[in-house]
Amino acid sequence: MLSKGLDDYFIGVYNAYKFIARFFRQAFQGPFEFREIVRQCYEVGYKSLPLITLTGFVIGMVFTKQSRPSLIAFGATSWLPSLIAIATIRALAPLVTGLITSGKVGSHIGAEIGSMKVTEQIDAMEVSATNPFRFLVVTRVIATTFMIPVLAMYCGFVGMMGSFLNIYQNEKTSFSTFIAEAFKQITFLDIGASLIKATAFGFTIGIVGTYKGYHATQGTQGVGKAANAAVVLSMFLIFVEELVIVQVSNWFRN
Amino acid sequence: MQEKELKKEQGPPVISIQGLYKSFGELDVLRGVDLEINKGENVVVLGRSGSGKSVLIKIISGLLKPDKGSVNVLGKEVDTLNEKDLRALRMKIGFSFQSSALYDSMNVRENLEFPLVRTVKGLGRKEIDQRVEETLDAVGLLDKLDQMPSDLSGGQRKRIGIARTLMLKPEIMLYDEPTAGLDPITCIEINNLINEVQTRYNASGIVITHDLSCAKVTGDRVAMLLDGKFTRQGTFEEVFNTDDAQIKAFYNYNFIE
Repeated sequence: MLSKGLDDYFIGVYNAYKFIARFFRQAFQGPFEFREIVRQCYEVGYKSLPLITLTGFVIGMVFTKQSRPSLIAFGATSWLPSLIAIATIRALAPLVTGLITSGKVGSHIGAEIGSMKVTEQIDAMEVSATNPFRFLVVTRVIATTFMIPVLAMYCGFVGMMGSFLNIYQNEKTSFSTFIAEAFKQITFLDIGASLIKATAFGFTIGIVGTYKGYHATQGTQGVGKAANAAVVLSMFLIFVEELVIVQVSNWFRN
Repeated sequence: MQEKELKKEQGPPVISIQGLYKSFGELDVLRGVDLEINKGENVVVLGRSGSGKSVLIKIISGLLKPDKGSVNVLGKEVDTLNEKDLRALRMKIGFSFQSSALYDSMNVRENLEFPLVRTVKGLGRKEIDQRVEETLDAVGLLDKLDQMPSDLSGGQRKRIGIARTLMLKPEIMLYDEPTAGLDPITCIEINNLINEVQTRYNASGIVITHDLSCAKVTGDRVAMLLDGKFTRQGTFEEVFNTDDAQIKAFYNYNFIE
């Protein structure tokens, strides 16, 4: 039993490795599916905007509200903008965007490709002399890899605006002072590390969603499993990547 | 129901299968299959559910790999081809799926265009539109051009599925259960379409079916797949003129019950 479990695990890892290697081989050689990439960017980016806007705004506002009492105790409410900026830009914006989109986009990709797999649409593409991997996998992974960093930056901006509204309401700080204070503590390394994190999250969401969908079996039950596994696995990997990238960026910072 | 008139002249073999074996785990599905299909000939493969009929055409199209044996299609050994050569071969093979397998996020036009724009270089918009309209007209569904697959009936989906395979003007057509789940009138329409494809494109074909009416109307030759092997091959009359209990049961189920 244990041996079979280990076999399955290592076969799974090897298959995932082959899938990722195939992605890199095909991503850089033509012909390119530009139209489909643009359509996927629209699906991943534009259609996630309402959810990211709401989440980012609420997080910025609530985080400010919850941090204020601790700073009041030290008479340091003027630190609020920089505290919020550090938390939002360094950690919250990419992490929250990654988690939200792994739920929304990852499950959608897993279910869509999974249902195409179990209804033989992928086989139909294959036998009609086309390349379903390039059309379905490469386009979606490119779209998530480029769009999640954009969404993360947008989430950071909206979060800061939520925070500003709360600070303005309570401390009457002007917008220009808020921005000046906020960016005092933010370095190029913070923004760079955030972008790298969001890019890694985007790639993870795309590759996990497409991999789970592409290997879906057992009919409609398999589609549900693919969607679910896409979310669970990409969330787990996002947390692992967050830990690793934070450690690495801290080495650079020190 | 009229039995199909035998074509007097048939060309050289386009598909040649010898000693083909395929298993899934413990289950031996194909156990030494031999089959030859000549140019311009439609062969109907009959057999019980799970007898490996669909597996056979999936191996011919390179979707599955055989465990043992030789599968030669248009002079190429399918399981030895690399990705590029297999794709080139597939341009000459049309595969009509049992479920039609239409791309449900695309409308009918985009479904038909999909293989064409990705495999034939240098086609202009006008030529693509013309080819799509010609092919849709050939299957009698020109008015469905901008509809989504979900808006079509089962028979229409089958015909659009066949139309999509015709976009590349294949030399070989593989039909997986083309009349399954359709009403008798639509079955007749699909049977006629299969014969028309054979005549118009001079395409050879393998028709996988349980439906003996379809077999009688579309097959130049019938091959009976039982216990992983072709036990009988010949014209419809030759195959069913037997005392073999399994084959008789197959015939009686279709025409008596």
